[in-house]
Amino acid sequence: MIRVQNVSKQYGDLLAIDNISFQLEKGDVLGFLGPNGAGKTTTMRIITGYMPPTKGKVYIADVDIFEDPIIAKSHIGYLPENPPLYEDMIVRDYLDFVAEIKRVPTREKNGRIHYIMDKCGILDVGKRIIGHLSKGYRQRIGIAQALVNDPDVLVLDEPTSGLDPRQIIEIRELIKGLSGDRTVILSTHILPEVTMICSKVVIINKGKIALEESLERLSNKMDGVENILLKTRYWGEEIQDKIISLPNVSGIRLGIGNELIVQQKKGTDVREELSGLIMQNGWGLLEMRPVAHNLEEIFLRVISSEGD
Amino acid sequence: MNAVYPIFKRELRSYFASPLAYVILVIFQIISALFFFLYLKGFLHLQFDPSFQLLRGELNLNNVVVIPYFDTMSIVLLFIIPLITMRLVADERKSHTAELLFTSPIKLRSIIWGKFLAALILLITILLLSSLNLFVLTVHGNPDMGAVLSSYLGLLLLGASFLSIGIFASSLSSSQLVAAMIAFGILLLLWLVGASSDTESSILGYISLINHFENFGKGIIELKDLAYYFSIIYIGLFLAHTALDSERWR
Repeated sequence: MIRVQNVSKQYGDLLAIDNISFQLEKGDVLGFLGPNGAGKTTTMRIITGYMPPTKGKVYIADVDIFEDPIIAKSHIGYLPENPPLYEDMIVRDYLDFVAEIKRVPTREKNGRIHYIMDKCGILDVGKRIIGHLSKGYRQRIGIAQALVNDPDVLVLDEPTSGLDPRQIIEIRELIKGLSGDRTVILSTHILPEVTMICSKVVIINKGKIALEESLERLSNKMDGVENILLKTRYWGEEIQDKIISLPNVSGIRLGIGNELIVQQKKGTDVREELSGLIMQNGWGLLEMRPVAHNLEEIFLRVISSEGD
Repeated sequence: MNAVYPIFKRELRSYFASPLAYVILVIFQIISALFFFLYLKGFLHLQFDPSFQLLRGELNLNNVVVIPYFDTMSIVLLFIIPLITMRLVADERKSHTAELLFTSPIKLRSIIWGKFLAALILLITILLLSSLNLFVLTVHGNPDMGAVLSSYLGLLLLGASFLSIGIFASSLSSSQLVAAMIAFGILLLLWLVGASSDTESSILGYISLINHFENFGKGIIELKDLAYYFSIIYIGLFLAHTALDSERWR
């Protein structure tokens, strides 16, 4: 459904995106992750045809978006980082306008707008002026705007930013409910969101793809490998040396403050040996608990290793 | 091209939903009425001037009231049109709606035409309202209606040229103020090049916006003047298109 082929984007001297390629099928929900300034928004702007890449091609439903923009764009719904709203318009008029420029057939228009307004929970503000509404409503109008033409491809740039926790859950449910046949690209800073909604993950760092994996494979990787978080009163180099020499420990990492993250080999439990070792040496065990080897960790690892 | 209509409709509604359109309408009406009655008063004074009898042929209603009145209105338009066009493109950038427009299945050309036509309707409204002034003349006097109508056509074409240059200026910036200033600068420049060389034979004289306006005041509609204004409108919109298109490549 979406094919991104060797896409690069250069702004003056800055190479914002460096030779990115990936492919999404119908029904895929891609979580698009990366630190600020990694090139997420630029990539999304290129995919939606807002700006052309310096090099490379983007195909939407097998149509090159820069050769045949009108056809390719008719498949797309896009929520940019800042919802594209006309402050002086009434919500309902605004969605009417979007439906018209997205070429929604006139006889389907009213039904479609009503359905989307209902889904996004903005029916009660239909007659209000957009400029007078709260951030939460504006974000939801932004999502409604992206859905008006019933797009096959939905590109959402941080759809839950600026919302309160209850609204975040609502929007997440909405996106989840929408996916189905659609291909969705979703950028976010909230990593659990990806585990909840997405079927695929792409992590981008400094304009390059640092990781591309289906969530299924990723969670297989995460399964069984549980890390131990360790906090001791005594703190020294030899602690790390001794712990890493334990037979079932595969690695060790510094956490926050005096914390150590101990990685254990698959299918083993090092807690007993570990506590024994600490007692023996009198290091003063303060805390020891298993921590899930989660997406956050993968994210941080991928980004820091690429960054160096 | 059918995407022109929704853009046009939204733009027009936006004009009349904001105070801007009404403020411009009122200001233009007050200024034009003021000048009209000033010229009219001057004409009435002339009636009692003994030398008036000698120049009777020259000093008719058209030469003393109608032509100066349209000249003045054309200068007022020079100041007012940048205010009409400044937000047209600049504001789409500022409110991030450019991202909506440019990712929708519509042509850039349709966006620009829709905006131009909406501004044109506002211009026509302004001109129609100001024609109330001239209505006084037809009740109590006998102006050359042909010259009045051709002056209006000239004023409309001149205003439309201003609009297209204003849209180009607006497509260069995301700040309305900067857009208005660029528009005003270009218009003033195109206006002044005519003052430096009065003859139409020179190139500067030809590109001057005002030189082509004079004939309309005399009731003469010439093909070269029409062609000139239509070219300016086209060039302005074309430059706006180019500016918007090339911006995305940077």
